[in-house]
Amino acid sequence: MYVAVKGGESAIENAHRLLADRRRGDRSLPAITEAQIVEQLSLSVDRVMAEASLYDPGLAALAIRQARGDMIEAIFILRAYRTTLPRLAVSRPVDTAAMRIERRISATYKDLPGGQLLGPTFDYTHRLIDPALVGEPDVPEAAVAEVTGEPVMRVADILAHESLIELEPRVDAEPGDITREPTEFPMPRAERLQSLARGDEGFLLALAYSTQRGYGRSHPFVGEIRIGLVEVEIDVPELGFAVSLGEIRLTECQMVNQFKGSAEKPPQFTRGYGLVFGQSERKAMAMSLCDRALRAAEYGEDITAPAQDEEFVISHCDNVQATGFVEHLKLPHYVDFQAELGLVRRLRANYDAARAAEPEDDSFEEAAQ
Amino acid sequence: MDASTSLTGGFADPVFAAQSVFRAVMDCMARPGTIGTIGSEATAPGALGAAQAAIALTLCDADTPVWFADTLASPALSAWLAFHTGASVAPDPTTAKFAFLGLGGVPHPDFPIGTQDYPDRSATVVIEVSGFEAGEPFTLSGPGIAGTQPLSVAGLFPDFRTFWQANRAEFPRGIDLILTAGTRLVALPRSVRILD
Amino acid sequence: MSAVTMSEAGTNFAYLDEETKRMIRRAILKAIAIPGYQVPFASREMPMPYGWGTGGVQVTAAVIGPDDVLKVIDQGADDTTNAVSIRAFFRKVARVAVTTHTAEATVIQTRHRIPEHPLIEGQILVYQVPIPEPLRFLEPRETETRTMHALEEYGLMHVKLYEDIAHHGRIATSYAYPVKVAGRYVMDPSPIPKFDNPKMHLSPALQLFGAGREKRIYAIPPHTDVRSLDFEDHPFEIQRFDEPCALCGARNVYLDEVILDDRGGRMFVCSDTDNCESRQADAQKETAA
Repeated sequence: MYVAVKGGESAIENAHRLLADRRRGDRSLPAITEAQIVEQLSLSVDRVMAEASLYDPGLAALAIRQARGDMIEAIFILRAYRTTLPRLAVSRPVDTAAMRIERRISATYKDLPGGQLLGPTFDYTHRLIDPALVGEPDVPEAAVAEVTGEPVMRVADILAHESLIELEPRVDAEPGDITREPTEFPMPRAERLQSLARGDEGFLLALAYSTQRGYGRSHPFVGEIRIGLVEVEIDVPELGFAVSLGEIRLTECQMVNQFKGSAEKPPQFTRGYGLVFGQSERKAMAMSLCDRALRAAEYGEDITAPAQDEEFVISHCDNVQATGFVEHLKLPHYVDFQAELGLVRRLRANYDAARAAEPEDDSFEEAAQ
Repeated sequence: MDASTSLTGGFADPVFAAQSVFRAVMDCMARPGTIGTIGSEATAPGALGAAQAAIALTLCDADTPVWFADTLASPALSAWLAFHTGASVAPDPTTAKFAFLGLGGVPHPDFPIGTQDYPDRSATVVIEVSGFEAGEPFTLSGPGIAGTQPLSVAGLFPDFRTFWQANRAEFPRGIDLILTAGTRLVALPRSVRILD
Repeated sequence: MSAVTMSEAGTNFAYLDEETKRMIRRAILKAIAIPGYQVPFASREMPMPYGWGTGGVQVTAAVIGPDDVLKVIDQGADDTTNAVSIRAFFRKVARVAVTTHTAEATVIQTRHRIPEHPLIEGQILVYQVPIPEPLRFLEPRETETRTMHALEEYGLMHVKLYEDIAHHGRIATSYAYPVKVAGRYVMDPSPIPKFDNPKMHLSPALQLFGAGREKRIYAIPPHTDVRSLDFEDHPFEIQRFDEPCALCGARNVYLDEVILDDRGGRMFVCSDTDNCESRQADAQKETAA
């Protein structure tokens, strides 16, 4: 006698218990702490904060731990938490010109005011796996120049003085908020940038790479990458002035792109922009390349490549949406599969019957397919 | 401005009151012409009806500019709305997401009716009437109605039939109407036809 | 927030904050007023993955109250893991009564089926929808499909269905079969088998559809005309099963094919577990009497 499978609830409970067990791993080893993750896996923490759109290193570390190090799972956990938070205030736009710089490089000028500052970069490290890191080696203190606190001018502003780069007029209107309004295409650039800023690093990286290989070429130069701390301020109407909430670390990339000019616009450099929570140069660069590619229509360029296609890029860059929908295929689909089974059986019966009736007719096979 | 009336008159239990009022409105919207009752008390300054006040508290917030007809509008009412919902008064009728009209009130011709692409971007207009017992009889049909649905409304503005026919002719664009009488309400979504 | 409205999970009643509920409630009202039209809404991240019912969960959370009785099904069954998980979620965050009996439920959230037991006036059926746009597989661009709906230009869909007939002698769509609602909007009924399509037509229940990832809500009011698209010479028809349910003997219900062994042994049983169990219980009572 057939009995339908039962006991979903206890199966789920047991699965969760097993998950918790595997998450903890070997009990004879010390459990890692959020503080250790924040300090020693800080770039993972940065990525989770960036793609979850929530700046909180401690919570990001907790999410990483809860997700057993699965980054997209951690991003999802932090995003779901973010959704439950009330929006208490809207900050002033952060001023990256006033950033306390930790790293700042330009590929377009050999030297420039404020200088080139390498900062804590993997660039020029030889990627040789380092046995000296095993255990708890002593690490000498870093040698860093004294921070002057002087604002470091942005490379884009240098070009702007010569009117060689497109002007970006200041817009004071409050931009839309993709977390509070349904998306609508075509999208204003501000909302597009929001989507890209929380977009999947790997997806944007691949799209950015495709533009370099000719799928929407944009002749990019890294005008500047800067990483550092900026102040977040909110206006308090009752006080009549802005109050600082503290500092956050940001990575900004200004990509400078050649543009030969069109009927409406003079030859000039154009911009692609990337801004990401934490230290994430790869993401900021990829974002700026995608941003520029998505501005093709603004410059009368032909839209021929995936990276230039707004609906394609924006609809698919969110890894929490993507992972959910791809992984939902493992949910039961047997009702629909049953419907398809019935259909294929009937189509197959028709096909076999027709073949049996007209064995000589060669043209039939093609028609039946 | 009378601060005392602006700070009072909200729901005693906002979460469950909003849920029950919403369900009453939804049920009425889904079954045009049937009479629903608001179970949770809310009181606004001035002539805004009990159901109207409850609907405002349930559905309006900072994302929904609200239009009040001249017969209802007052600084105290604006303050009440802002305090309890965070909604602001619409600067002009074209920006209204919700509109509240008193007895005999006529919808402003500039209330948004949505676009062909986005017909949902239209105003919901809430008009106070004197009752659903006597008054002008209507026969309704359309989605939400099995066959036809009778409805009597007293205190509605003259020429309502003509107004509604014009509204129906814009479908899928159009305003959606909620008629209120004290704590009771009837909804007329744009999909409804008035027969005879 | 009062202590009373805080749920066991430490969140607001029914998980969503009031601002989010209001936004969803407004969308639901517009959806009811424009039957079959997909209302965009600012879908929130939920604590379950996109594609796993986030749209249905948000609609249910915006609608449900303390007096409701909730039933959750997936593939017609109350005990599939995702149905169990969603039901447990609402029991935790809204402390509502839950049931497996269709007739007892006031709100039914479903994935892929409409219950066999006829729905009645006052019930609300909430569908989980993966891809709300019926034209999406013919035209991937939202900007294009929006215009098609605006102009009521559904020729492409008819061409597609007719191509099926030309190729296969029949319409080769067996689930998520498109319908026209109240004579205006072509609508995706979610991936229910077309067997269930006729149950939507003139149903006394309110039908709400939530697509979380795609950020759309749509509705069919009670007693609304819902026609499956077809042609005069190829009228719409539903699946028929040759045999009755092997457990309860029901005919004219949707059946799951259960593989019994590796030698081709199989049986057909009800997809709607509640309907099947009720029939079996009734039969036992009769035998005992």
